[in-house]
Amino acid sequence: MIEIVSAARCVECDICVKVCPTNVFDATKDGAPVIARQDDCQTCFLCEIYCPTDALYVAEFAEGPTGITEAQVEARQLFGGYARALGWKRGKAGGSEFDPTHRIRVAQ
Amino acid sequence: MSMPQKSASDRLQLQTDVLVLGGGPSAAWAAVAAAESGAQVVLADKGYLGTSGATAPSNTGTWCVPPGDNRHAVVERRWQRTGELADQRWMLRCVDTAYRNLLRLSEWGYPFPSEDDGRLYIANLRGPDYMRFMRRRVLLAGVTVLDHHPALELLSDGDAVVGAAGIGRQAGQDWRVDANAVVLATGGCAFRERILGGTGLTGDGYLMAAEAGASLSGMEFTGKYTLAPFGSSLNKGLPFRWASFHREDGSPILGPAGEPLRNGIGDREDEVARALIGGPVYARLDQAEPALQGWLRQGQPNCFVPYDRAGVDPFTELFRITLRAEGTVRGTGGIDIVSDDCATGVSGLYVAGDAASREIMTGAVSGGGAVNSSWALASGWWAGKGASAHARRRGGKAFRGTAEPLGQAGLRPAAAARADIAAAEVIEAVRNEVTPLDKNFFRNGESLEKSRGRLESVWRDVRDHLRGEGVDRVRAREAASIAAAGRWSVAAALHRTESRGMHRRTDLQGKNPALAHRLVITGVDDFRIAGAPERLAELAS
Repeated sequence: MIEIVSAARCVECDICVKVCPTNVFDATKDGAPVIARQDDCQTCFLCEIYCPTDALYVAEFAEGPTGITEAQVEARQLFGGYARALGWKRGKAGGSEFDPTHRIRVAQ
Repeated sequence: MSMPQKSASDRLQLQTDVLVLGGGPSAAWAAVAAAESGAQVVLADKGYLGTSGATAPSNTGTWCVPPGDNRHAVVERRWQRTGELADQRWMLRCVDTAYRNLLRLSEWGYPFPSEDDGRLYIANLRGPDYMRFMRRRVLLAGVTVLDHHPALELLSDGDAVVGAAGIGRQAGQDWRVDANAVVLATGGCAFRERILGGTGLTGDGYLMAAEAGASLSGMEFTGKYTLAPFGSSLNKGLPFRWASFHREDGSPILGPAGEPLRNGIGDREDEVARALIGGPVYARLDQAEPALQGWLRQGQPNCFVPYDRAGVDPFTELFRITLRAEGTVRGTGGIDIVSDDCATGVSGLYVAGDAASREIMTGAVSGGGAVNSSWALASGWWAGKGASAHARRRGGKAFRGTAEPLGQAGLRPAAAARADIAAAEVIEAVRNEVTPLDKNFFRNGESLEKSRGRLESVWRDVRDHLRGEGVDRVRAREAASIAAAGRWSVAAALHRTESRGMHRRTDLQGKNPALAHRLVITGVDDFRIAGAPERLAELAS
């Protein structure tokens, strides 16, 4: 589930507050949004790809927090990894035209 | 445009022709279809149109059947797998409308990939891109979109559904939309299983529709589970087509003929389920050739997020797996449809996507991603058109009557509200009956009867005492909806005294020809289950 909002990377655009389908974040008056309802996170990774500055990190475990730290995520270069895999850049969609899923269906 | 009304209270109040509830693909298509036929449309979603629902985080195939002589044969073949419960006429009209809407997507500029010969490959949709694209189309069509505006209940004038009311959970105010027609596109019920897109899918539409007098069908078909890395949300079975499966001691899990299992999806899920009831199971995607590994990684990036973040190479290392319950999301149950325009039998109320029963499309087996995705493309379109036509017919009568709210359980308890009845505990109690593999993947009468008793007790507490305050009304209604859906599901499973498709009765194996019909549930607190023949007689009388 969602574990990190990096204050160092966040530009306080509050897009994650708007797009999270389960209303996990709360905006704050002068700072990065906070994870207000972590248990509602459905581990869909969508907040990450919509974030224009790759400031969010959703850990792979969906049942509860893992306690991973921002330094660990930074060191393993995991910020923005899913967005890059999709072809999304700065919160904008891209990459669908290169989706090779039709080859998998043939192989199946 | 919708007209904001002055209101004495601090409440958002709108009037419109068509109100769409939901934010997944079927809601988006319903909104576009209604707007294109000239209706004013408001779309109110629990979450955010573009990220809500099971499609947005996924990469989903469609059931894409081009026109031509082959179409009837393809539909006939698929029908053979549905346990005789699907309807080929509906299947044909679904592939026809879905195909045309896929072409519409292409004309609108959705970036489909190309095959080697340059033809567009339109049989797959990448969820995040597709739903972001659909949001833009909905806004371009002039629809008023209310994000984070969960609906709590429908409104009725006594003869017809005339709107809905809910909470703007970020705006901090209640809302009410008076509408000439309402489309429920609220998705299925995932019973709060932690699957992709599942958190908001709590069966709210079922409860709202049943309170208005609509029926449900196919609620017994909730036995679909999908493989996922243990503890993850990734209920995407496709990569497990190329997996081997092992117990904790490393011994391989065997298929029905005694061979090591090399494909864990489809019918082979039974073997994996049996092994998982016995203990932890591990998998490795070692049947995938290097080229295929690349396509899997590039084509299904979401499937590899858990491995990459856990630091596991799934093609060479064993990793623990689980089967995730999918309720009615990949099950087939939902609100019964009574006519070609996706009407529900309650005047003014239409239904689309997973909120609707998909028995007519996929019978007793799962529609998976593909059929369900095409169903969203088609049923959204029909429901939007149907609601728009109803709104036009209603015309002059609009907004003259008195609208009464219909919400009961979780909002207006039958007895005194009690603080010790909490939404989270209600949901946990329901989950204990409808998600464990040994109760719900493999079923038997004795165990179902015990579950029925426990769920009746949960339901009595919910009906009599559960009530949320303020924004917690959303949670109370979600818990009430989950409790209702679980209760209907188990009651229908007891009623279907046979095994058919994903309804697996260990005490009653094989199909009973006398049960080759749908089971239709009507009523909330005091409900009845009728077979299709009885229901036809009832309609004729």
